[in-house]
Amino acid sequence: MLELIVISTLNGLLFGMLLFLLSSGLTVIFSMMGVLNFAHASFYMLGAFFGFQLTKWIGFWPALLLAPLLVGAIGMAVERYGLRNTHKHGHVAELLLTFGLAFAIEEIVAMMWGRSPVDYRVPALLDFPAFTIFSTNYPAYKIFMLAVSVLIFIVLLIVLKRTRVGLIVQAALTHPHMVGHLGHNVGLIFMLVFGVGSALAGIAGVIAGPALVTQSDMAAALGPILFVVIVFGGLGSLPGAFIASLVIGLVQTFAVALNGSLASAFGPLDPSAGPSVLTDIWNVTIAQVAPIVPYLLLVIILIVRPMGLLGTRES
Amino acid sequence: MNATTTSTSKIAGKPAGDGLRFYGVWLVGIAALIVLPMIFSSGGSLTSFSLIGIAIVFALSYNILLGQTGLLSFGHAVHYGLGGFAACHMMNAVVSHGWPIPLPFIPLFGGLGGLVFAMIIGWVMTKRAGTVFSMISLGIAELVASSSLILRSVFGGESGISTDRTALPKMFGWTFGPQLQVYYLIAFWLVISAIAMYALTRTPLGRISNAVRDNPERVQFIGYDPHVVRYIAFCFAGFFAGVAGGLAAINFEIANSAYLGAIQSGLVLFSTFIGGVAFFFGPILGAILVTYLQLGLTSVTGVWQLYFGIIFIGIVMLSPGGIAGLVMMHRPLARAGTLLTLLPSYLVAAVPTIALACGVILTIESIARAHGGQSNPIHLFGIAFNPGSAVTWASAAFLVFGGFFVARLSWRRVAAAWDRAATVARDRGYLA
Repeated sequence: MLELIVISTLNGLLFGMLLFLLSSGLTVIFSMMGVLNFAHASFYMLGAFFGFQLTKWIGFWPALLLAPLLVGAIGMAVERYGLRNTHKHGHVAELLLTFGLAFAIEEIVAMMWGRSPVDYRVPALLDFPAFTIFSTNYPAYKIFMLAVSVLIFIVLLIVLKRTRVGLIVQAALTHPHMVGHLGHNVGLIFMLVFGVGSALAGIAGVIAGPALVTQSDMAAALGPILFVVIVFGGLGSLPGAFIASLVIGLVQTFAVALNGSLASAFGPLDPSAGPSVLTDIWNVTIAQVAPIVPYLLLVIILIVRPMGLLGTRES
Repeated sequence: MNATTTSTSKIAGKPAGDGLRFYGVWLVGIAALIVLPMIFSSGGSLTSFSLIGIAIVFALSYNILLGQTGLLSFGHAVHYGLGGFAACHMMNAVVSHGWPIPLPFIPLFGGLGGLVFAMIIGWVMTKRAGTVFSMISLGIAELVASSSLILRSVFGGESGISTDRTALPKMFGWTFGPQLQVYYLIAFWLVISAIAMYALTRTPLGRISNAVRDNPERVQFIGYDPHVVRYIAFCFAGFFAGVAGGLAAINFEIANSAYLGAIQSGLVLFSTFIGGVAFFFGPILGAILVTYLQLGLTSVTGVWQLYFGIIFIGIVMLSPGGIAGLVMMHRPLARAGTLLTLLPSYLVAAVPTIALACGVILTIESIARAHGGQSNPIHLFGIAFNPGSAVTWASAAFLVFGGFFVARLSWRRVAAAWDRAATVARDRGYLA
C-alpha cells in the first residue's frame, strides 16, 4: 500500500507538472487575448512529433532545443496571420479559428505520421532506473521530466515577477493602450507571448512524447483536461492553474491506481441485487471512473465556486 | 439619417407581396422535399437525403444556441445522442409492451430525452455565457461521453442499443422498412421542426434571446433575467437536437456512444458556422453542404477531414457570416441594380483563386499519398499527376505561389468594384 502511495504520488506530481507546463502557456495567452486557444494541445502534439522526427535526424538533445523553437514559430505565425486578423470579428470567431486549427493540425499530423503511435523512445543516456523503491524501478527519464518542468516553472515565475520584460508583458495584458503609449510595440509583445506560450506546449510535447504515447489523437485526449485545469484553477490565474494541475494530476493518477468499487466497499451486504441500472453504478471500479474524474471536479467546482479556485473575475 | 429613414420605412410600410413571397419560399421548400426522391430515386441518394434531413434539424437546433442566443456550445451532440438513446429505448419498450404508439411519434420521445437532460444540466451551464459556457459544455460532453461507456445497461457499451423500426404498430399501412418511407418520415419531422424553430425566432422569447446575445446588461435593466432566457433557449435547443437524434436512431436502427461524442459536436458546429449563423436558412445550407461533402469526399480522398478544417478556417477568417452572410451581402446590390457591375471582377478573380485551390489540393494529395505509400495518380481536371514526380511538386508550388500572388491582386480589384457598387446602391437608398 505504501509503495502504491509513493509511486502514485511521484507519477501524479509528474503528470501535474506536465499539465502545468501546458496550462501556464494557455493561461498567459488567455489573459492576454481573452480567448482560449483551442489549438494549445495541438501545439503540444506538434512538439512531440517534431521531437520524434528531429530525434531521428539529429538526436534527442538538439531536438529538445529545436522542436519547441519550431512550435513557437508556428504559434507566432498563427497569432500574426490568423488571430490578429480575426480579432475584429470578436471572441467567438477567434475561439472558432483555434478550434478549426486544432482540427486541421490533427488531420495534418495523421497525414504525415499516420494514425498509429510512432516509435518515440527515451534517449539512451537516460534509459536506466534512477532508484528502486519497494522493488519497483523508477525510470530516470521521469525524474528528468520532473526536473525540466520544475525548472521551467521557476524560470517562468522569475521572468514574469522579477524582470523588466515580465513587467511590460503583465502591463500589456491589462493595459495594452497605456503600454503602447509608452513606446512599446504591443502587437510584437502579443506575438512573442503567444510564441512563448506555444513553445512551452512544444517543450511539454518533446519531453512527454517518449514517456506517454505519441500519436495523432493525443491532442484531442489531453485538450479537454487542459480546459478543466484552467477553469478549475480560475481563468487567468497562474497560481490557480498550478494548484489545479497538481490536484488533477494527483487525483487522476490515484484513481487509475485504485481498484475498488462501491459494491466491494459494502462487502457482504452486496447492494448489487437491486435494479439493473444501479448494478452498473455499484460495480464500476475507481480505475474505470478515472477518465471522468476531472470533469466531475469541473462540474462540482462550477456549482460551488463558479470563478474557480483562485479566479477573481466573472467572465 | 439615411439609416433611420430606411429602417422605419421597412417597418411602417410592409409591402403585401412580402407575405406571399415568405410563404412561397416555405411552400417551394416543402414541394422540393416531396418531389426530390421521385427524381433521384436511387438507394444512395435516398440515404443521403435522409442524412441531410437529420443534419438540418440538428444544425437548426444548434443555431438556437449559437446564432440566436450567442452561446457557443462544444457539446451539443450530448442532447442528440441522448435523444437517440431515448428513442431506441422507447421503440424497444413499445415493441415489448405492445403499446399503441406508431413509429412517426418516436422522434417526440427523442426530443423529450434531449429536453430532460437540458433541463437538468442547463441551469448550472447557462449561468454564464461566453468562454466559460463553452468550457463547461465541453466538460459536460466529455463527462457524458465517458459515462456512456461505463453505464453499460443504459448505453449498451461499445456496441450500443439496437432496435427494429418495422416491429412498431403500423400507421396508414406504412411498414417503414423501405428507405423511401423513412425519408418521408424524416422530411415530415424536418418540416415540423423547421416551422416550429422559425416560429420560435418570432416569439418574444426569440427576440429577447437576441437581446441577451447582444447586450445582457441591458436585458437585465428592462426586467428580464438573462440566465432564465439562456436556460429556456438551451432547453428548446436540447429538445430539437433530441428530435434529430431520434430521427437518426430510426434511420440507423441503432444508438451508440459515437452519437454523443466530440466528433458529432464538432460536425454540427462546422455545419452551422459554415452555413452562417445570422440567418435562419444559414444552418440549412451548411448542413446540406457539410453532409454532402462528407459523403462525397470520402470516396474521392482519404484526407477529406483536412479539407473540412481548411474550409472552416477559411470561412472563420474571411467570411464570419458564413455562406448565408456572403449571399445576403449581395441582396441590397441586386435591389439597387448594381450587382452586374461586379460580375467582370468576380470572373477575373475566379481564375487565380481556382488555381490556388488546385495547388493546395495537389500539395495535400501528393503529401498524403507519399506518406500513405500509395502511388496512384491524382486526377485533377482530367490531368493525371504522379504523386512522386518532381513535375507534380513543381506544378503544385507554381499553382500555390503564383495563384496566391495573382489572386491577391484580383481580390483588391473585387474590393474596389464592390466599393463602387455599394456607393451607387447607397445613393439609391438600398444600403444603409
